[in-house]
Amino acid sequence: MLNGRRGFLKDSVPVAGLCPQGAYGIQDCLRSGFSSVKNELLPSHPLELSEKNFQPNKDKMNFSTLRNIQGLHAPLKLQMEYRAARQIQRLPFLPSSNLALDTLRGNDESIGFEDILCDPAQSEMMGEPHLMVEYNLGLL
Amino acid sequence: MALSNVLHAPAAGFNFDHAARNAELEGLFDAQIPKPVKTGTTIAGVVFKDGVVLGADTRATSSEIVADKMCSKIHYIAPNIYCCGAGTAADTEKTTELLSSNLTIFSLNSGRNPRVVMAVNILQEMLYRYHGQIGASLILGGVDCTGNHLYTVGPYGSVNTMPYLAMGSGDLAALGILEDGYKPDLELDKAKELVRAAIHAGVMNDLASGNNIDICVLTREGVDHIRPYQVSQYKDKRKTKYKYGAGTTAVLTEKVVPVKLEVVEETVQRMDTA
Repeated sequence: MLNGRRGFLKDSVPVAGLCPQGAYGIQDCLRSGFSSVKNELLPSHPLELSEKNFQPNKDKMNFSTLRNIQGLHAPLKLQMEYRAARQIQRLPFLPSSNLALDTLRGNDESIGFEDILCDPAQSEMMGEPHLMVEYNLGLL
Repeated sequence: MALSNVLHAPAAGFNFDHAARNAELEGLFDAQIPKPVKTGTTIAGVVFKDGVVLGADTRATSSEIVADKMCSKIHYIAPNIYCCGAGTAADTEKTTELLSSNLTIFSLNSGRNPRVVMAVNILQEMLYRYHGQIGASLILGGVDCTGNHLYTVGPYGSVNTMPYLAMGSGDLAALGILEDGYKPDLELDKAKELVRAAIHAGVMNDLASGNNIDICVLTREGVDHIRPYQVSQYKDKRKTKYKYGAGTTAVLTEKVVPVKLEVVEETVQRMDTA
């Protein structure tokens, strides 16, 4: 179980979700290639940002509604369960089934595009294990 | 192959990595970009006394070429719910398949037949989420425990319900016939004739609709998917098999040359049959 800074799935993606990925906010040319101002300011596809933020936004909306209806304890308990489930992952370079997380979210009873397209279990690319673990632990 | 620039696993679902590159390439290969197959359609539905009648034409176009003369636009969603699809052919196909899968899972979990409103809600959420990028205009019709229902869902997620509906490029022509001929509580034959006439108007007056007319009748007792209900009078006589029978080609001359064989060596091997 890895507890690095980047080990958890992010709670939300910043609005300018395309800022450079490297350390100190500068584009890491060696690893991610050159950047252009246009690429950083505008998303290349109208759906790109909304799809990245869809799950976090949906969760936020649901938790806030739940808090208004049932009080603070309800989203707190649920979020505790989510955090616990998110920790059940394999090493970063191996595909995790996320079974507990899916069950909590209700994704085990529905099929969407994320089950059909770009299935991570069938990805043809693999990351370098050492680099991925270091990135996960925040050492990179 | 381990890549050193991949630092976390790629997210599942739609991948927008090449969107910028495709936008740049758009101006360059104008003529050679394959156009998506649209159903450019007339679809219509009518609620009658005992259920719902859905109708559709069968032409799929790819800009100005007819891509499919016998495409099936009435899709199965659940035993009691069927859906006609207009718009981009692949989008309508996949969206209805996803919807059907989700409703099947629900039926298996709960042991009930799904209701039409549930199908409509799932569709609406999915299409609104993608802000019209999924080009599917659908007419859903079904019979469930609460009655006979007919809904239409637009590509941006708008939902409309009426006793008679038409969508697609030939919808105005079809709607004219429906507005004129619709009465509440029609009988089955009159309802089928009304839908047929509406689709026929679309076929006659819209370039992108044509060929045969399919009808699907949904009632409490079951589903009757009539494919084709009306065949187009303009059929071409192309053969699908190009196999010619014996004797098609005439024999002009015949010459037989016997091949002379010489016995070079002869060996006998006894088989042990004891």
